[in-house]
This record gives sequence, C-alpha cells and structure tokens, in this order.
Amino acid sequence: MIDVIDLKKSFGKVDVLKGIDIKINKGDVVVVIGPSGSGKSTFLRCLNCMEDPTGGQIIFNGVDIADPKVNINIHRRRIGMVFQHFNLFNNKTVIQNIMLSPVLCALSDRRKAIIRNIFSKKKEPVRSKDEIKKTEKENAMKLLARIGLEDKANAYPSTLSGGQKQRVAIVRSLAMNPDVILFDEPTSALDPEMVGEVLEVMKELAKSGMTMVIVTHEMGFAKEVGSRIVFIDEGVIKEENNPKDFFDNPQDPRLKEFLSKVLI
Amino acid sequence: MNFEAKINKFIEILIDYKGYVKVIEGLENTLKIAILGLVIGIVIGTLIATVRVIPKYKTLPRVLNSICTFYVGFFRGTPMVVQLLLFYYVALPLMGINLPSVSVAIAVFGLNSGAYISEIMRSGIQSVDYGQTEGGRSVGLSFATTMMKIVIPQAVKNILPTLGNEFIVLIKETSIVSFIGAADLYVAFNYIGSNSYEFMVPYLAMAIIYIVIVCIITVLIKFMERSLKKSDRRN
Repeated sequence: MIDVIDLKKSFGKVDVLKGIDIKINKGDVVVVIGPSGSGKSTFLRCLNCMEDPTGGQIIFNGVDIADPKVNINIHRRRIGMVFQHFNLFNNKTVIQNIMLSPVLCALSDRRKAIIRNIFSKKKEPVRSKDEIKKTEKENAMKLLARIGLEDKANAYPSTLSGGQKQRVAIVRSLAMNPDVILFDEPTSALDPEMVGEVLEVMKELAKSGMTMVIVTHEMGFAKEVGSRIVFIDEGVIKEENNPKDFFDNPQDPRLKEFLSKVLI
Repeated sequence: MNFEAKINKFIEILIDYKGYVKVIEGLENTLKIAILGLVIGIVIGTLIATVRVIPKYKTLPRVLNSICTFYVGFFRGTPMVVQLLLFYYVALPLMGINLPSVSVAIAVFGLNSGAYISEIMRSGIQSVDYGQTEGGRSVGLSFATTMMKIVIPQAVKNILPTLGNEFIVLIKETSIVSFIGAADLYVAFNYIGSNSYEFMVPYLAMAIIYIVIVCIITVLIKFMERSLKKSDRRN
C-alpha cells in the first residue's frame, strides 16, 4: 500500500534520513523504534508529506506523493495521523473536530459533482448539504460511542484529559475512513495513568485490521501489537523483523545496546 | 462672555441655526469612515498576514510576500494625512477617477489600517500553536481552509484587544479627513464655532462625543471577548 523507496530528508545541511526503503502492506502494524534524534519521527512525518522529502519516492496507492506536483490534500484524506500533542482544534467542540474535515471534503466533492453534472448527460446523484451533515454527524457519534465519549460530544478540547484528547484525535483521523493511520509517539505526552486507555483503543484498531505505522517507546505494546518492528538509527533502517525475533534475537549491535538500555 | 452665555450661544446655533444637522452628518461620516475602514482593513490585513505565513520555498508566495512588504512599508512609512492628499489630489486625478471625498477617505483608511492590522494579525496567527495547522493539514484540509476555519478564528480571539485599539485609533484619526474636504465631526463643530465666533463650548462638546463613542466601543469589545472565550477553560 505504501512503498517507500530511498527516502531522504535533510534540514539544511543536516541529513536526517539517508535513504529508507520499506514496504507497508494492507493490515500491517509497523512499529518504528529508535533512539531520540534517529529520524523516526521525521520518517513518519514524511509518509504524509508533513515534512517534504528531499529525495526518494513514496508510492501510496500507486501515486508518488513525494512529488511536489501531486495534490497532497487528496491523498492526506486517506492517511490519518495522530500526534504526540493531540493537535485537536481548540476552537471546535469534540464533535465538530471529528466532523469538520469529512463534511468539508464531502461538500467540495459535491460542488465538483454538480459542475460535472452540468457538462455531462449522465447525471450522478448529488446529496443535499443537510444530508451530508446528518450522515457525518451520525458517523461521528458512532465513533465517539466506540471510545465511550458520547457525553463529551459538545465539550471543548480544553476541558478533556490528555487520554480523552488522544482518543478523540484517533477517531478524528478514523472519521476520514483512511487506508492507513500514522501515530507519532501517541502516548509520550500522557500521564502514565492514561497511557493504557489510548493503547487499548489502538489495540482494538489493530485487531480490526487497520494498517498502522506507529512510532513509540512502549516496547511491551510494540511486542504485543506490532506485526513488524523497525529499528531506525542515524537515518537508516538498521533492523527490521517480526516482534519475536526482533526482541529475543537482535542482530544489529546498536539495536542490542538500545534494547539493553530500554528493556530493564 | 461668561461660560453660561457661551453655552446658550452654542445651543442657539446648534438648534435654531440647524447646527445639529451638521453634527449628525459629521457623526455619520466619522462612523462610516472608521467602521468601513476597519472592515476593509481587517480583510486586507488578514490576506497580507496569511501571505506572510505561507511557507516560502515556491516562487509565487515569495513574489506575493515582497509585494506585501512594499505595501506595508508604504502605508506605515507615510502619515495618513499625506496618504489622503496623495490619493485625493494625485493618484485619483491621474487615473481620471472622480470620487466623493468620503469614499476616498474610507478607501485610504481601509488601506492604511490594513497595513497595521496585517502585522497585528500576523502576530495573532503566530501565537496559535503550529500543531493546529498540522492537525488541519493532516486530515486533508488545504492551507487556505486550515487558516480560515481553524487558525484565524483562534488568532482573532487572541488579538481582539489590539484590534479594538486599532478601531479606536481609526475613530479618532477621522478628524483629519477635513484635509480633503470631507465633513466629519471636526468640520461640524468648527462650523458652529465660526458662526458664533466662540470655540470653547463647541470643541468641548466635540471632545465629549469622541469620548462617548470610544467608551461604547470599549464596552462592545469587552462583550465580544467574553463571548469568544467560550472554548477557553479560563473564563
């Protein structure tokens, strides 16, 4: 589904990614670990062009989205992202946060359909604006029910706890019906008590077959949920393996050292 | 003449000689110029501020950015009186356009406050966490939509007090439009004064009217701030 070929990224003179090749298939749960400054977050942010890659290709559903000529907004609808600091829209309520993009995208598709209808004989059905809003609202409520936060639908993000915010952020990305969701250290900014509830939602997502790429420091979670673990250091993938062999039988010396420090 | 007689003289001209018509006309023009100028200024200022925060590795944003820099430089670098005179007596005649002086004043006030508001708005946009932009872009919204729906509403909330300041400055600054012959409050009270050869009371009354307008605006801004604070925990 995502084919990363020789991905490079540099900030000024600093080369952060020095050529990363990886294939992410449908249903994969790829967990990316590595020391800080290794480029794992940059790698993840390059996957939806949050950072524009300076070299290489990212083939997503057959299109190279690293190409600056591609309209990235269309493809970002199919790639969800969850951030370390949640990044919920502070001026919108929880339900508006979830509905905003689906409604706007549906409305812009509707405008395009109306214009197409003018020029072609074959008329395609056009949903009314109210209908779009109604379906998206129902969808958003369903998603909120899934994480048990229906009662917070009309609350503003500033009144939620960290764990609640992150769960809302996850369903906000789910509302777009994405093919893959990227998680950028989703539990690193949370109180230890709240890490569990967020990981629980992610586990459930993984079970439902969602393709996920997760940057995390939660080794237990990586072992349990990951279908593949990737170790990035100094801008390259040093080791990639299934969880069992990755943790029980690491090959790369740097990974051995890293694991000995992390797994106490 | 003692003070009481001066007041009587003032009231006489104000009412018997239809001075109040001039005052109402002046008040109307003052408010029209300030309010429409502010609206134009907010539109221009928001556009410029948005251009200034666009990432600049493509050519078009760079060109737009330098145009905006020039624009802001010109309107902040010259006094408003000079701009009024330039537009009314130089630019518009050269283009062969004939506009009433109030319309010219509205345009110049809009263009001028646009330059100032662009900087206020830019600081407002920069005060909103970049994560908000990233959040919007990550769900597939374009840069413009993200700005319009998420960043600018939050920025406006942050800069409302400063924006109110700008409005108050505009209201008071309208007293210079008589340079191009527009009838504002100053012209009205000056008319009353010159008819009675007595300026003390008319100018005092003028000052009071300005203070009252500014007080009303201050209350309105407070009210708006409170209603925009809904999404804040601290309200």
